[in-house]
Amino acid sequence: MPDSREVTLNFGPQHPATHGVLRLVLVLDGEYVKDTKLYYGYLHRGMEKLAESRTYDQIIPMVDRLDYLAAMSNGLGYVLAVEKMMDLEIPPRAQYLRILATEMSRIASHLLWLAAFAIDLGAITPIMYCFREREILMDIFEEVSGARLTYNYMRIGGVKADFSEKALTSIREFVKIFPGKMKDYETLLNTNPVFVARTKNVGIISARDAVNFGLSGPCLRGSGVKFDLRKNEPYAGYENFSFDVPTGAIGDVYDRYLVRMEEMRQSNRILEQALDKLPAGEILTSDPRVYRPPKDHALDNVESLIQYCYIAMEGIRVPAGECYTRIEAPKGELGFYIVSDGSAKPYRMYIRPPSFINLDIVPKLAEGRLVADLVSILGSIDIVLGEVDK
Amino acid sequence: MLAHYFPIFVFTILAFVVGIAAIRLGGLVRPSHPDRVKLSPYECGLKPIHDLPHRNTVPFYLLSMLFLLFDVEILFFFPWVLFFERSSINGFASMLLFMFILFVGYLYAWKKGALEWRH
Amino acid sequence: MIATIMKTVLMVNILLVVIAYITWAERKILGRMQIRHGPMRVGWHGLLQPIADGVKLATKELIVPTGADSLLFLIAPVITLVFALVPFAVIPFAGAPVWQITDVNIGLLFILAASSLGMYGIVIGGWSSNSKYSLMGALRSVAQMISYEVPLILALIGPVMLSGSFSMSKMVAAQEQAGYWFIFLQPLAFVVFLISGVAETNRVPFDMVEAEGELVCGFHTEYSGMAFSVFFLAEYANMILISAIATLCFLGGWQRPFPTVGFLSFLDVVPEIVWFSLKIGFFLFLYIWLRATLPRIRYDQLMYLGWKMLLPVVLLNIFLVGLFKFYSIPLLIYYLITFFTTVGCVAWCSKHFYE
Repeated sequence: MPDSREVTLNFGPQHPATHGVLRLVLVLDGEYVKDTKLYYGYLHRGMEKLAESRTYDQIIPMVDRLDYLAAMSNGLGYVLAVEKMMDLEIPPRAQYLRILATEMSRIASHLLWLAAFAIDLGAITPIMYCFREREILMDIFEEVSGARLTYNYMRIGGVKADFSEKALTSIREFVKIFPGKMKDYETLLNTNPVFVARTKNVGIISARDAVNFGLSGPCLRGSGVKFDLRKNEPYAGYENFSFDVPTGAIGDVYDRYLVRMEEMRQSNRILEQALDKLPAGEILTSDPRVYRPPKDHALDNVESLIQYCYIAMEGIRVPAGECYTRIEAPKGELGFYIVSDGSAKPYRMYIRPPSFINLDIVPKLAEGRLVADLVSILGSIDIVLGEVDK
Repeated sequence: MLAHYFPIFVFTILAFVVGIAAIRLGGLVRPSHPDRVKLSPYECGLKPIHDLPHRNTVPFYLLSMLFLLFDVEILFFFPWVLFFERSSINGFASMLLFMFILFVGYLYAWKKGALEWRH
Repeated sequence: MIATIMKTVLMVNILLVVIAYITWAERKILGRMQIRHGPMRVGWHGLLQPIADGVKLATKELIVPTGADSLLFLIAPVITLVFALVPFAVIPFAGAPVWQITDVNIGLLFILAASSLGMYGIVIGGWSSNSKYSLMGALRSVAQMISYEVPLILALIGPVMLSGSFSMSKMVAAQEQAGYWFIFLQPLAFVVFLISGVAETNRVPFDMVEAEGELVCGFHTEYSGMAFSVFFLAEYANMILISAIATLCFLGGWQRPFPTVGFLSFLDVVPEIVWFSLKIGFFLFLYIWLRATLPRIRYDQLMYLGWKMLLPVVLLNIFLVGLFKFYSIPLLIYYLITFFTTVGCVAWCSKHFYE
């Protein structure tokens, strides 16, 4: 096209602003974006298909690789679906530990979002401060689950391990210092005229659009829609906690930023309450359909041995049927739809990854804006490619 | 008088030599294993979709025109500014008049939207 | 003649070494501001890091992309470097003539002319790379230049009004004679000069030309090895240049602080060149500080900043200087007027910046 003013440009997969391997093909007029096409799949691993050949237990570590920045939430979303199908009772301590884990996950995920978002806008310092606090959380996760990124912590009917006293002390300390650290980030960004100029009135999503595009999480709440699954459809015992659901005013990038910042504070509040009320007791249900006795116990006692081997070899059998559960993951509504035929492996699993669906609004927002705005919009959506590409 | 400019001439040549030497001399030590993929222009790891456009939209075209005007008008400041120290208030007043006219033109351009980007 | 050439060679060498260590200092200071250490491995506290970097860059393959105009591609960084170095020929580093290579009577004009030519290197480099990202960077640099150049020159008109000469050494002499630094008389011009000076050097927050988050690396996306490092050297030489101009025009050059206060005269034992370097160091620190603090501005916003805010403000400054000259306002009252005008302008601009 020798006489055209338009440029077609590959933006990604190897681009600093696409947070991994997202590819956008931009049609540019000068630096104005005329058209955006999203291409997914560079990280596609076929999670949903893989799930069909794995037992329900084996899927737990796999879903950690969806949104690997908040692996706890993925695990929770999945086990909630299976538990709903099996109608399992979860011990209260396990409930609380799950909430502790997912809320810490939310803070860790939002911290990483903030770091990456600031880098996208050219501010190179917040990342260091965010990672300082994220590091504390990673250490806690390592203490409780043995891993720093993909925890494999949730279990059908409970959690893998109890929080050690050391981990609880670390969380207590974290909860105490975190609001002060939040002030650090806010001094760096909130009152910074350049930051405000880059984010205010950029990428405005109206509440109507937000609902129509199926947005969820901070992207939806940033547009002023007060919808949080933890409040609207409480799961895993969230009804026992008091926290606010922050919403934005006009739905621009700055509002989404404010909403996420406030969400971190609220998560901190939830952590505080969970620590105070943490009940004692079992961390795994003793329902025989899923209960796997401790190994030393199994070696002493023949019934335990049979039970152990049965669960280990046959897997957990889920009654035939289907169910959809959704939870409020850091990035939005994470849904799992499972169809069971009564065997130990799901017949079909569908995952609703929040950032995959949130991403769909990017072409609409970017149209007619500068490339610099596109970067800021893309950053504010908070995508993680493990989840987008499944 | 011109003797003052001789060192600048020497400096320019030297700077050129430093720059070119830095690039050329590196050739003695650096490897060179070009291949087709390595030499292709960077476009995020994929083959470029189209070649570079022959024309490009410049949304700040009007502003760059204004820039030329202002640059020329700044030229008038230079001779005046040298004599400012020795000039009477009349000199300043006439410059003020010039600045005022400049400013009115500037406000006109602003109100007409010439400072906005055309897209 | 021989002396001139010797001086020139010495100057270029010193500049290159200083630039190398500014990169080290930048990484160290940035590290400290970001709760980390910066380079620690190569030499004591990473002191040999610049040398290691140099060796690495020299031994890296130089890639000229297909379709690039290879002559222009390779000459572009040299152009930028030349016009970043040449202005140092007229910069006096201390009082005696020996500290200056040549004292031409249009020093400031020469510096402005040469340093704005450096932009051509960026445009040519970006354009000749045959890469879309580079071309976008090059176009941005044009946009950037037309937005900051007018306020930059007008800001320097202020000091020239009071010194009556474009010669850099006369500029300092005028401040010596007047007994005050020009920064106190025209803080407005100083602030505007600082902002447009940062824009001139393409540093954060005006690094849209490189903008790694948007354009991958902007105009030098395709550059590698030594060609890249020549661009790099030019950027840092420009930083020193802008700092030197700011020092000479606004901070009294090589004078000690408070040159008229008698009881501070013991400070005179410190050589003039040290004062000059300290002041330059202060500005360089400012550059690094900005880099650690600010996000990148959008390039239409820079244009609005330059045209709608800085330009009227510098015109106001010229007006104020004229008032000072012709209506013998007491110095103290004038200081207060300019100080509050500056504070007002800065507050107004930062409030209305994002609207």
